[in-house]
Amino acid sequence: MSHTDDTLPVGVEADPIADPGLPAHHWRPTDVDEKAGKRAERQVAALFTLAIVCAILFVVAYFALEIGDNVDTFLGMGASTVALGSALGLGLLFTGIGIIQLARKLMADHEMVEYRHPAASSEEDREATLAALNAGLEESGIGRRPLVRNSLLGAVGALGLPAIVLLRDLGPNPWSDEVVDPENGGGLEHTLWAEGVRVVRDVVGTPIKVSDLEIGDLVNCQPARMFETDENGHPLVHGVDLQVAKSKASLVLLRMEPDDITPGRGRENWTVQGIVAYSKICTHVGCPISLNERTTHHLLCPCHQSTFDLADSGRVVFGPAARALPQLPLAVDAEGYLIAQSDFTEPVGPSFWERDSQ
Amino acid sequence: MRILNRTAGRLSRHRRGPLAGLAVLLTGLLLTGGLYAVFTPATASQAKTDDALIAEGRALFLVGCSSCHGLNGEGIQTDREGVNYGPSLVGVGAAAVDFQVGTGRMPMSTPGQQAPRKDVLYTEDEIAAMAAFVASLGPGPAIPSPEQYSLDGLSEEERQEAIVRGGQIFLTNCTACHNFNGSGGAMPEGGYAPSLKGVEERHIYQAMLTGPQAMDVFSDGNLSPEEKRDVIAYLKSIEEAPEYGGFGLGGLGPVSEGIFAWVLGVGSLVGFAIWIAAHSTRSKKDKVEA
Amino acid sequence: MSIDTSKVATSNTAAATASKPSKAGAVATWADERLGLAGAMKKNLRKVFPDHWSFMLGEIALWSFVVLLLTGVFLSLWFTPSMAEVEYQGSYDQLRGISMSQAMASTLDISFDVRGGLLMRQMHHWAAMIFIGAMMIHLMRVYFTGAFRKPRELNWVIGMLLLLLGTLEGFTGYSLPDDLLSGTGVRAADGFLKASPVIGTYLSFFLFGGEFPGEAIIPRLYIVHVLLIPGLLLALIAAHMLLLVYHKHTQWPGPGRTEENVVGYPMLPVYAAKAGGFFFVVFGVTAMMGGLLTINPVWKFGPYDPSKVTAGSQPDWYMGWPDGALRIMPGWESHFWGVTLSWNVLLPILVLPLAFFALVLMLPFIEAWITGDKREHHLLQRPRNAPTRTAVMVSLMTFYGLLWAAGGNDLIAIKFRLSINQITYFMRAAVFIGPAIAFWVTRRICISLQRHDNDRLLHGYETGVIMRSAEGAYSERHLPISEEEAYTLTARDRDEVYTVESDVDENGVAAQGSRANRLRARLSSWMYSHNVQKPTRAELEEGHHHAEHEAELQAGLDHAADGHQFDGHHSVEGEELRSH
Repeated sequence: MSHTDDTLPVGVEADPIADPGLPAHHWRPTDVDEKAGKRAERQVAALFTLAIVCAILFVVAYFALEIGDNVDTFLGMGASTVALGSALGLGLLFTGIGIIQLARKLMADHEMVEYRHPAASSEEDREATLAALNAGLEESGIGRRPLVRNSLLGAVGALGLPAIVLLRDLGPNPWSDEVVDPENGGGLEHTLWAEGVRVVRDVVGTPIKVSDLEIGDLVNCQPARMFETDENGHPLVHGVDLQVAKSKASLVLLRMEPDDITPGRGRENWTVQGIVAYSKICTHVGCPISLNERTTHHLLCPCHQSTFDLADSGRVVFGPAARALPQLPLAVDAEGYLIAQSDFTEPVGPSFWERDSQ
Repeated sequence: MRILNRTAGRLSRHRRGPLAGLAVLLTGLLLTGGLYAVFTPATASQAKTDDALIAEGRALFLVGCSSCHGLNGEGIQTDREGVNYGPSLVGVGAAAVDFQVGTGRMPMSTPGQQAPRKDVLYTEDEIAAMAAFVASLGPGPAIPSPEQYSLDGLSEEERQEAIVRGGQIFLTNCTACHNFNGSGGAMPEGGYAPSLKGVEERHIYQAMLTGPQAMDVFSDGNLSPEEKRDVIAYLKSIEEAPEYGGFGLGGLGPVSEGIFAWVLGVGSLVGFAIWIAAHSTRSKKDKVEA
Repeated sequence: MSIDTSKVATSNTAAATASKPSKAGAVATWADERLGLAGAMKKNLRKVFPDHWSFMLGEIALWSFVVLLLTGVFLSLWFTPSMAEVEYQGSYDQLRGISMSQAMASTLDISFDVRGGLLMRQMHHWAAMIFIGAMMIHLMRVYFTGAFRKPRELNWVIGMLLLLLGTLEGFTGYSLPDDLLSGTGVRAADGFLKASPVIGTYLSFFLFGGEFPGEAIIPRLYIVHVLLIPGLLLALIAAHMLLLVYHKHTQWPGPGRTEENVVGYPMLPVYAAKAGGFFFVVFGVTAMMGGLLTINPVWKFGPYDPSKVTAGSQPDWYMGWPDGALRIMPGWESHFWGVTLSWNVLLPILVLPLAFFALVLMLPFIEAWITGDKREHHLLQRPRNAPTRTAVMVSLMTFYGLLWAAGGNDLIAIKFRLSINQITYFMRAAVFIGPAIAFWVTRRICISLQRHDNDRLLHGYETGVIMRSAEGAYSERHLPISEEEAYTLTARDRDEVYTVESDVDENGVAAQGSRANRLRARLSSWMYSHNVQKPTRAELEEGHHHAEHEAELQAGLDHAADGHQFDGHHSVEGEELRSH
């Protein structure tokens, strides 16, 4: 083996300086001075006593300070949490510091030396183990019987199949009839939007007239079906179904100057007097967006900053999204309320493998 | 000075004292001030007519605003499309003026991506005058009256419902830009949605109504006045609520939490570790065997 | 009171003399008659552990894991891992009457209607953050000091698995309350799954039990979080500790410390006390943070709703770096044969973290292959003495750190009044240029430090005493460093570059694997290039002689000057003169 650039003669010694050995032990003040020792004892005992006090304070605070409807406050913060946390924390800290001071000041602190052993076992142990292993394998006879061995491996391997197959019912096949339901917005490619479904304001559920909106208005919307109730007043879509529906049907409506809009091909009649509608679900990984920069009509997603131009068919202008935001074709019904012309013409939300084939 | 000056008479005795000058001065000041207060015409909002208010507003506008917004509030465009010195104020309404000037955003001291909130330069009356002037340029949103955004007159239960509903509306429409705590958030190209802490109810209402700078408009057809009121009630309720878990760390979410975890948490524990393993003081003396 | 230490063993080979039998002894006898533990315990009770603060970083992780277990059990007594819809009627006014999952409702109950509940929730979350942070700095310490070398490579692998599992545990944990912020993260996770080629939609539907969000995800994450991963963590931690005990801890080189011994304090009592005390400290710091610093205020986020989002949506800090990669990635997607391949999600989320993890996992094995070093190593190396290794880690840290910062780009934008778009563009370039610069700068700094060390060895330390020679030249007096320091500085191996002897035999046939060997040789010489080796004995003697000679000349004395000739202080017996 050759040496590096700092040239050294061959056969140079490894240790140019001999090991001076462990340094002599120096005593601590608490070892040599009785008064210092006693002081350290008192210090440690005081710390432990403080810990006891803190534990008691915790119990007092737990029962004395209220939470819930009449929450006690302290300096604008919740008093119970602050008091319990401080008492518990200080109690534990005092205990810990006390133990450590005990170790540092009072416990014997001679450095000790222990000898290492190589990580590997001794030669005899290794040979004995190998011999035992070989004897065992010999006696099993599997080595000499390849048919037995192979079929055993096959059996054990095959029994892994049930383990995998048992997981099949974790969830439905996304393309099965059970899931795909165009009428009710089921499946990755359908939402609750359909021809004639009214656009309503989210949270309050009221339908929207064109005259309600001014230039620059951004409205967060949902399909009217989400707010419909049955004859008993119970919502038709609720619970998990509501969450699933919202994760695809959420909409943003923006009114801008009609001249600002560059209609996409075939989308000339998708807007109503400058009002455009886009999916609220980002095409990157599905966060809802409604950060609209009114002056540029750029819609920004807060998660990863994908930016879409709402005046240009939702085209991506910045950020990691690869697809334009799906646009919902709008129309006006007989009573003047905004409605959808149809469902979205492409799947809403994040991309997936099968997206283009539909 | 002679203390006992009987020959000069009671009044004369004091007339020449050192305090006499001071007394005259004070009396004169008080008299002048009082007469001024009594005889000065009433303040503009009380006594002026609308026309007078608009005229006053125009005068203020010409001095402080017209260099960017034009002599008649028509805006000053530049050759570059979409870039202006100041946009047209025709139709922005009194509400916009009250918001922009009342929060100190206007007059904008330096051009830039966004006008930050800063010290308010005009008095309430002056703002009212300028608002009246701009409102006269074209019809636009008016300054809301306190009844529009206060919860007074509602029962306890209605108040509670209003706050809850306001929270849901806030989370649906506002938190995407302004964050869950109203602490603000980033917008493209250096813009930002500002913090809502400590903002007056009136100004929050007006911001929603007029859509200042890059903010969207939430006209009354988008969020009704009651909904706006609910949002404001919710914002004030979380501002007044105690921080249940201790210091709020800025209300900015996991980023500030992570910084605290590293600096305070890991930092203090490494500090403790250094202390624990540090060699304690060594004595020069040798131990005396017992 | 001075302690009588005359009977304390000064090494572990000499037995301590026994004191009179105690009650503890009786109990121990009873147990031993049934368990026979005395054999295993006899060596381990007084096992020696070396003492240095950087050896306690792994302990921070260990103790915060214990805190997590304790606080976690508390939380599990009240938390309901169900997505069934309920109407909230608890004490938090701003959400009263709102429909939400039981998971969220029970979290609000813990926060507002269970005394100490919010404290425990916050302690649990702070402890989780500290757990992962401590594992990371422990990893960096182990790497920088070369403690991962044989025989400890497997412990490194176990440690990496602990880090990975800890990260997953954190993610599943903070998603359990089903609040808006963590739910947005789960939504993003669904997006990642969907973007996987071929099986993506199936993975998404299988994990969520149907269309997102479904009602299965919270109960499933719960079981992963409280049963599966903690079980794996406990088993791996046990293995990690066992190996540590078996191999004994590494130690810094110094007087009396060799590859064959361990110098330190015995487990009982000193080490146990320090470690036990540290547990209380970690617990105490976590409790103080849990009581005084708000974390994850789920009541302000409200229940998860796919149509709502908050600005500043980030995952917890330890997931920040893949989030940053996701943000700065350009929007690349391929469409072919009727399918979509989303590079913009695949590369930063599926490929990058796995590749980075695999690289860090393999570092000990890569280094062992390059250096060809098959010896056991129990003495640590100062980072400066392995410049390339140190530079590699610093450059990996730079890469990690830049992506981490990119994950917070919107907060950087508002706090520093910058454009978020510019930050993203900057980061796209910086994640490539930054690590390269960091590598180069770190290596040069390490080599400079090595030169400085050699200066100290050859020329001594600077005393600050300026002498003037007869000709009028000024020079600074150097004094030789102590023998202990000199030994410590030279207690390291000389680097040996792996070279390939001719790999072609006399008939011109190339040896097997010769391409790999040549690569290995090149990498080995790159690794050790420019490293400064420690001086030889001859060089040291020459250096000392030279120094003495200089001192004599400048002082005009016929003996070595100590620098105190003219200030009235003379060296005093037993008083060390500014020893370093």
